[in-house]
Amino acid sequence: MSSLSFSTPAVEVLSANKTYANGYQALLPVNLSIQEGEFVTLLGPSGCGKSTLLKMVAGLLEPSDGRILLWRKPVADLQASGKTMSFVFQSPTLMPWADVATNVRLPLDLMGTPKSEAKERVMEALELVGLEKFANALPRALSGGMQMRVSIARGLVTEPDLLLMDEPFGALDEITRHRLDADLLSLWAKKKLTVIFVTHSIHEAVFLSNRVVMMAARPGHIIQEHIIDEPYPRTQEFMVRTEFMRHAQVLQKSLEHASESIN
Amino acid sequence: MTPNSSQHALSLALQKIGIPLLLGLIFLGAWQAFVVVMDLPPYLVPSPVLMVQTLVSDWQPLFLALWVTVKITLLSFALATVVGVCISFLFVQSAILERALFPYAVLLQVTPIVSIAPLIIIWVKDTSLSMILCASLVALFPIISNTTLGLKSVEPNLHSYFLLNRASRWQILVRLRIPSALPYFLGGLRISSGLALIGAVVAEFVAGTGGQGSGLAYQILQAGFQLKIPRMFASLLLISLTGVLLFAMMAWLTRWALGGWHESEIKAE
Repeated sequence: MSSLSFSTPAVEVLSANKTYANGYQALLPVNLSIQEGEFVTLLGPSGCGKSTLLKMVAGLLEPSDGRILLWRKPVADLQASGKTMSFVFQSPTLMPWADVATNVRLPLDLMGTPKSEAKERVMEALELVGLEKFANALPRALSGGMQMRVSIARGLVTEPDLLLMDEPFGALDEITRHRLDADLLSLWAKKKLTVIFVTHSIHEAVFLSNRVVMMAARPGHIIQEHIIDEPYPRTQEFMVRTEFMRHAQVLQKSLEHASESIN
Repeated sequence: MTPNSSQHALSLALQKIGIPLLLGLIFLGAWQAFVVVMDLPPYLVPSPVLMVQTLVSDWQPLFLALWVTVKITLLSFALATVVGVCISFLFVQSAILERALFPYAVLLQVTPIVSIAPLIIIWVKDTSLSMILCASLVALFPIISNTTLGLKSVEPNLHSYFLLNRASRWQILVRLRIPSALPYFLGGLRISSGLALIGAVVAEFVAGTGGQGSGLAYQILQAGFQLKIPRMFASLLLISLTGVLLFAMMAWLTRWALGGWHESEIKAE
């Protein structure tokens, strides 16, 4: 990881925490630094604040205290620094009345990108996720996995520097999920993205990430960071290697340990 | 579609139209038989055949009256739709405005229009205009309440997505709120179209216009005074048919606008 340690931090979370108005502590003060080009996974059980942390990085939630910087600037000033960010939700979150191409074009339309350029980029994004033939289909005509691909295409169409994904494949079947995980890795390698990926699947975390940030609940906090120092590209074959199992076991143990100390 | 499934669809359509039609014919036949057998005088209960005969023989005045009622209904329906939608837009743009105004919208709704109608007729000189105002008031509320509900029924994550992409209020309204509100708005239209017709008839009862420019309500009143009961029934029939036609048009509009994407218009496989 030494090659990354000298590059620019894309995301800096500086003792940010979240307590809701009703007194519920979603997240204790958290410190986290993510380098440009890193693939970081937030892993933990439900209620550990991983989605809260992600939404604070996105600017969807304000931290109660502490700060979050993107490329050394406050989240709200991201545009001024010439960087872009995309958010992919747990559900596809598409407009049911609009066809696939219109859904993918939405962020470009909102920015006011010229029509002809937007059209080209939409086709590129749809090709990346293998859905170019479905540009004119309505979302409900597609399977859950394909809808999620549309959502990812919409996330990629703006060519973001930072991609935030909130359990994007959690609702999909195992086979579809493996395929989308593999697709995501090749996109990440191709586009040199910085990715923060939220999941509760240990296997998904080990397969995808440079680094796994483990979190525990009541109240949400970071328990440990674990580096997955395995080379890319990673294929399905990686998932049956002993190194994969070793990493998975380390994560499993520390998550169990954390939940024991609470109960 | 396989021949089997198209056959199935055909038989379903036949059932949907055929069964109610058959029931109606049986009912009309029984009515006719009852009137003939009991030898009821036409000024008490006219037979269906006499009703149709009257419709044909009195076609000229009835058609003119129908045209007046339809005109008032459609104008009030249009006015209620435009005003209702504008009020809903205001409501979703400002919570304070909604809190301030919504109780009065309810007040307007719960006050029987018959009791306000004489006031409106006194205040507004032009009879047609006063009737349009009355009928619009009757039809207004479902549009306001449904459209407001619809404009607020936006998928929260999709709303977040728009906010993340720095969408303006206008972009959120046009690209997110209006399409999301469409099913609710169309539901409101269905209710209001019927209410506009009711409002138009009630307003004319109260206004009691005579001579030129009088609608079906006047025909009913007049027929009552003169004991021309078959003509009264013929007028009633025309009002009902107008209502059915309005409803069918709204149903068609809904299918046209929502077909393909909204749950209400999609058949389970």
